[in-house]
Amino acid sequence: MTRTQAVLNGERLALTRTLSQVENNTPEGNQILEELFPHTGNAHLIGVTGAPGTGKSTLVNQLAFDYRHPPEGTKLPTVAIVAIDPSSPFSGGALLGDRVRMQDLAGDPGVFVRSMASRGSLGGLASTTAGLVQVFDAAGFDIILIETVGAGQAEVEIASLAHTTIVVEAPGLGDEIQTFKAGILEIADILVVNKADKPGADNALRALRNMLSLTQPEKNVVMHHGKMMSTEEAPAGDAEPDQEWVPPVLPTTATTGDGVAELIEQIAAHQQHLKTSGGWILREQARLKNEVGNLLQEALHQRWNSSIPPADYEKVLDQVVSRQISPRRAVDKLIKGAGL
Amino acid sequence: MGNSQTKIRVLIAKAGLDGHDRGAKVVARALRDAGMEVIYTGLRQTPEMITEAALQEDVQVVGLSILSGAHMTLVPKVIKMLQKQGLTDVKLFLGGIIPDEDKSELTKLGVDGIFGPGTSTQLIIKDIRKACQ
Repeated sequence: MTRTQAVLNGERLALTRTLSQVENNTPEGNQILEELFPHTGNAHLIGVTGAPGTGKSTLVNQLAFDYRHPPEGTKLPTVAIVAIDPSSPFSGGALLGDRVRMQDLAGDPGVFVRSMASRGSLGGLASTTAGLVQVFDAAGFDIILIETVGAGQAEVEIASLAHTTIVVEAPGLGDEIQTFKAGILEIADILVVNKADKPGADNALRALRNMLSLTQPEKNVVMHHGKMMSTEEAPAGDAEPDQEWVPPVLPTTATTGDGVAELIEQIAAHQQHLKTSGGWILREQARLKNEVGNLLQEALHQRWNSSIPPADYEKVLDQVVSRQISPRRAVDKLIKGAGL
Repeated sequence: MGNSQTKIRVLIAKAGLDGHDRGAKVVARALRDAGMEVIYTGLRQTPEMITEAALQEDVQVVGLSILSGAHMTLVPKVIKMLQKQGLTDVKLFLGGIIPDEDKSELTKLGVDGIFGPGTSTQLIIKDIRKACQ
């Protein structure tokens, strides 16, 4: 039996070896990915992102645990977790510690946890994360939780990979102005204030809801002296407000599991919304477009890189360092390849 | 990218019930600084948990830290379970308190290296690199 067939059959040894091949971007890995691709597109990809220390790993652990212990009479999904931690910019090594928070999942054959180092990528994911997710998808996992590197304000790559993006905040991470800034909050399909048992959680919830009430005026809900007020119905003929998904803001305490059942309900509601509004297909298209774009960029860079002698490259760099030509002029020269 | 890149992946686990993880953390940090990808699992890992993590993470090396004296019970179990999972190519290193009289038997069972107190991290890095060639 081929490795590909073994992965499709859910054999864990074949699965784990394939994940490594894909992560290491080997020719064998890319070949298997090629064969697995037609079998992808069935899993619900859920991204979990947020600043370091907000409790992402603990929340992912609790989410997976609750998915694996559903209310009676409902479907029992299988869960894969891809957890990414940063690589050192100096040594290239990494300490991948997300498993420490995921002990509750040990011994469950319906869960597969894989840690990844970012290996120099800056967007919160590793460059082969999309590939690993495809392997899990083809292997038949129903839910794939993708935990990003601890993200600051601009690591938003997860939004182009996941169907549903959860942004995790914690109390005490800043005032209301932080919620107005562009970047990570904009990509949230669901906002979570974790550590809701800590002081300041109410303030964080209020600040985020305020922010949303300003960006979603079509909902006609405003905050006035701290009270929620609804204005008149929107005039008919406006772009169907029902189609709009307003990110819910939920409190959770991942260490106790409080609020996680509600979070799972909202994740399901978001999936339902995407499927009925046509957003699911749009996101699939955007995701695959994005992946093709990234791969194309890599391939072009690779091709260019192998087309130019390293000595020429060094020569142009030296000219820049000695201020003979500007960096832009250097790029011009390098691309044209002539007149070095 | 386009280039394939391979890193040495190491699982560092505290097996059994003792809570002294300073040594394991020092080693994990040293391996990280040597350019390896270290999966740290934390305290009180059973042989089942260690084997499962080694499989899911597809590591080349498992490093166990044991200071409880239970190594003659835990290590054979880990070796047996790794083999059962088909992870026969995974290297196994031990750290912690392992009495000299137990070392030859552990080596015979298939342990690739034993690092007692005072071992330099440079030696550990060197031995792991050699085992992964």
